Amino acid sequence: MNQKYLEISQLGKSFPTPTGPAIIVKDFNLVLAEGEFVSVIGHSGCGKSTVLSIVAGLTESSDGAVILAGKEVLEAGPDRGVVFQAPCLLAWLSALDNVKLGVDQVFGKKTNKERIAIASHYLALVGLGDALHKRPAELSAGMRQRVGLARAFALSPRLLLLDEPFGMLDSLTRIELQDVLLELWAHDKKTALMVTHDVDEAVFLSDRVVMMTSGPEAHVGEILQVPFARPRNRHQLMESPELYELREHLVGFLEDQAHSSPPSLSAPKARRSSFWDLLRSRTVG
Amino acid sequence: MAILALHDVSKSYGSTHVLSQISLSVEAGEVVVIVGFSGAGKSTLISLLAGLDQPDSGRVSFRGKPVRAPGPERGVVFQNYSLLPWLTAFENVELAVEQVFSHWPKAKRLAQTERFIGMVGLEHARDRKPAQLSGGMRQRVALARALAADPEVLLMDEPLSALDALTRATLQDGLERIARTSGKTIVLVTNDVDEAILLADRIIPLSAGPAATLGPEFLISIPRPRERRALNHSPEFRRVRTQVVDYLLSTKRAPSAERAPLAAALSAITLEPST
Repeated sequence: MNQKYLEISQLGKSFPTPTGPAIIVKDFNLVLAEGEFVSVIGHSGCGKSTVLSIVAGLTESSDGAVILAGKEVLEAGPDRGVVFQAPCLLAWLSALDNVKLGVDQVFGKKTNKERIAIASHYLALVGLGDALHKRPAELSAGMRQRVGLARAFALSPRLLLLDEPFGMLDSLTRIELQDVLLELWAHDKKTALMVTHDVDEAVFLSDRVVMMTSGPEAHVGEILQVPFARPRNRHQLMESPELYELREHLVGFLEDQAHSSPPSLSAPKARRSSFWDLLRSRTVG
Repeated sequence: MAILALHDVSKSYGSTHVLSQISLSVEAGEVVVIVGFSGAGKSTLISLLAGLDQPDSGRVSFRGKPVRAPGPERGVVFQNYSLLPWLTAFENVELAVEQVFSHWPKAKRLAQTERFIGMVGLEHARDRKPAQLSGGMRQRVALARALAADPEVLLMDEPLSALDALTRATLQDGLERIARTSGKTIVLVTNDVDEAILLADRIIPLSAGPAATLGPEFLISIPRPRERRALNHSPEFRRVRTQVVDYLLSTKRAPSAERAPLAAALSAITLEPST
């Protein structure tokens, strides 16, 4: 097994502002072994989604590099499956056609029948075997996100990237979908990187949980090893005192970060620029 | 005698059977939390208790008398705050106080309004309109409005579900204080099991719809005040949390058997990319 399947080295992201660059992420280092599931937790706006987006190739980094299976990531590609908070399904296509759209791109050499089989297979895996021909509007929010998961896994990506995949669901539906995700993951043994702010979700799914400091200049603050054996059983885990120790540790980290968080980016320290002053006087007046 | 009760209540909207034969009896001073999935029928349940809607069959009663309409003895807090956008935080609360205590002198009404604006910590924002307040602050205004009318029962419909995790935790602690010190009877519905355990004397799960029913109740004897972090060390917290989640997930999986093909599919196929 490749111990350095995904390497994120000295990753940085900054945006130019009139008062100098706003440094969102600085010196972010992380290495994932093949088949590993790693979560990144941190407060809203700390830059965790920025990191994920750079690994996905959807955002350009300012510094550092991302190397996946020995090749540098420079743009988006089907070797990385992404699941966003909103499943972004095409409203006029059925669940099956939504999944098949990606399958057609990646498995162009297979016959149409085989491509349909792949798409239906993954929809069955997420429990939508009976809803293949339903359109997004006929599905609940939880079911739509199941389609999103099926679509990502159906492409057989090298790396799975999940950006708060269950953030829009109620906490019980979230638990349901975590079970679905865990089964899919165990089945396909994908390397996965997930961003979340749900501490329970991070512990239940991951081999390691990366705690990110609050921005600006966000980086890896601490890494927690999750000791639970796999396959994991939710019921057993929820009764284990150890789970609650990990949970408390993670919540403690987040609380400390909330209290120590520096002034927000939207309020630059030095407001010398006449442009900002002008803008401010205009809005207030 | 129960202060608020549902007797064998069923409710449908069109062809959708939402609640099926629900019976619930709430004692005075008790904090009852109903936990269930989104869309299970929790809001319908609160609407029936509030008298905003009528059951198709069965009865809703308050102190033994049938509930036919909303009344000041049953205050409601909604998920979407339902504040009047053209009134300030203070005026929103004052309006409720004027409705309920119209016989009071003006000075006493103002004092009542001020007391509850203070109770939710919004003195600094009392003259702001809802659009100038954050979600958490709006919900605090809604809470102050409901409490200032001094209802006998406070009905809360997912009051914190629209808020981010940090704000939610802060307001949960506020609700815990209200539950502990106000002596009010409270019925709260939520999809958050941790929130339920933090607040409840009794948790009753509502099975996944359609035709939702109430499941087995869980009495919570964790001493108050309850502190979020300390709960992690409570065996009762761990046990109830697991049981409530297990029960609710089972109501979703068992009847539809929707995940049955999974095991078969898992063993049947392995697909490799053709590239």
